[in-house]
Amino acid sequence: MPTQQPVAENLFTWPSDEPRLIASERDGVISFPPRPGDPTRLLSRRGTLWTFTTQQFPPPSPPYDGDPNPKTHVPYAVGYIELPGELLVEARLTEADPAKLRVGQEMELTVVPYVTRPDGTEILTFAFAPVADGASTSGEGAA
Amino acid sequence: MSGVDVAIVGVGLFPFGRYPGTQCLEMGAQAARDALADAGAEWKDVQSAFVGSHEVSNPDSIVGLLGLTGIPVRAVFNGCATGGTSLQMAAKAIQYGEADLAMAIGMDKHPRGAFSGDPSILGLPAWYGQTGMFLTTHFFGMKINRYMQQHGISRETLAKVASKNFANGARNPQAWRRTPMTPEAILDSEIVNYPLTRYMYCGPDEGAAALVLARADQAHRYTSTPVFVRAAELRSRRPGAFEVQSPSLPLESAPSPSVDASKAAYEVAGIGPDDVNVAQLQDTDAGSEVIHMAENGFCADGEQEKWIAEGATELTGRLPVNTDGGLIANGEPIGASGLRQIREIVLQLQGRAGDRQIAGDPRVGYTHLYGAPGASAVTILSR
Repeated sequence: MPTQQPVAENLFTWPSDEPRLIASERDGVISFPPRPGDPTRLLSRRGTLWTFTTQQFPPPSPPYDGDPNPKTHVPYAVGYIELPGELLVEARLTEADPAKLRVGQEMELTVVPYVTRPDGTEILTFAFAPVADGASTSGEGAA
Repeated sequence: MSGVDVAIVGVGLFPFGRYPGTQCLEMGAQAARDALADAGAEWKDVQSAFVGSHEVSNPDSIVGLLGLTGIPVRAVFNGCATGGTSLQMAAKAIQYGEADLAMAIGMDKHPRGAFSGDPSILGLPAWYGQTGMFLTTHFFGMKINRYMQQHGISRETLAKVASKNFANGARNPQAWRRTPMTPEAILDSEIVNYPLTRYMYCGPDEGAAALVLARADQAHRYTSTPVFVRAAELRSRRPGAFEVQSPSLPLESAPSPSVDASKAAYEVAGIGPDDVNVAQLQDTDAGSEVIHMAENGFCADGEQEKWIAEGATELTGRLPVNTDGGLIANGEPIGASGLRQIREIVLQLQGRAGDRQIAGDPRVGYTHLYGAPGASAVTILSR
């Protein structure tokens, strides 16, 4: 098992089998990323895909610290996930094929490595994965 | 506009493109001289100037090239809305009585590739950039992707819009991209951000544009065909507006600042969308132009599919859009882009647009800018 490290502290609960994003809430208004000084709260793990696009080429680096090589870049998707009663959150998606993504489909939070450092450390970020059709939703607390 | 009326009496351009070895300020100065020559005026006659740029930190230093006349000169930067903001401020300087003759100048010289930078400049966390989410192009792909699904817009329509702008650019000797492209070739080019392909996007480049503005009652000193500024409105985003580089958005949505700026401009001008004969709409990508047709009141959401199929926004259509090729054929030097739009409308209203001149004696023109981090500038001009 390679060493793993989140891209930022206090971005998501980790390590965890059911990671959650860390937001804040004040006067009924939820903020992500959290507003400094406001009470924190966790966001739902499940929502629906509001829209998406793909990144077919490596982004300018810096600030991107993933693979900068156009020849080895693995295209990824980003989208907004509508978390019912909370907000829309922007995230990477685990599925990068537009033909396999559909606005309105159910998505679930996961944590994935997006780059491996020269010392072998995997850097982790949050991403939403399509929920397989017919997957059990039992035990899914809605926050 | 209220109070003193303002007219555009001269327009200038340093054609957008790539100019290795030419300084940005020099391009700005040449565009300014071009506009002054068009007005038959001299720099020493100008009493106030607003100079926009993203890459030049002190664009007001252009006085070193134009002449040290001691007048007030202000630097302007307001993202992609910079040009519209410069025009608005120059018009206000005349309305407020600071100047009878003022200039709006814009210039930029961007490196190749997508705009980037450090997320902290927008108050965003470092991880947002590190993980590959800090890209304005994601917004364009995501906004049109949702819009297409909600309102029945096809990818063919996006390709036709880009093809139309390349065709207009081919008729414009000052455009950067002058090679026509078929919708098929545009659709077949590589995807950059789904559903947008390479040739559906504009690119950052270099160039400059400039306008000379005068009190309307003095405009005849400079031109026999003044174009009057009927409205110049700028709006920033409200909570819930879907904007570039937002790590999250509230569930309750609000219209784009483009909608707010457009409504305000129509109200100030006392002119409605049906009165507009020619328009320049921010076409950062083909999807943006499609969405902006509706956000600026020209059609309902979804009607673009029919409009584009009918060629309604082509040079011969009922509302020609981006007649000089827009951003797609000219690229986007941010500080200058909005002034290029306004220059093109002035040329069309004066019947000076050459091979791309629209027929029908156009009297009312419209320009629209939109960009990060959620700002829009709309100008309504008439003869």
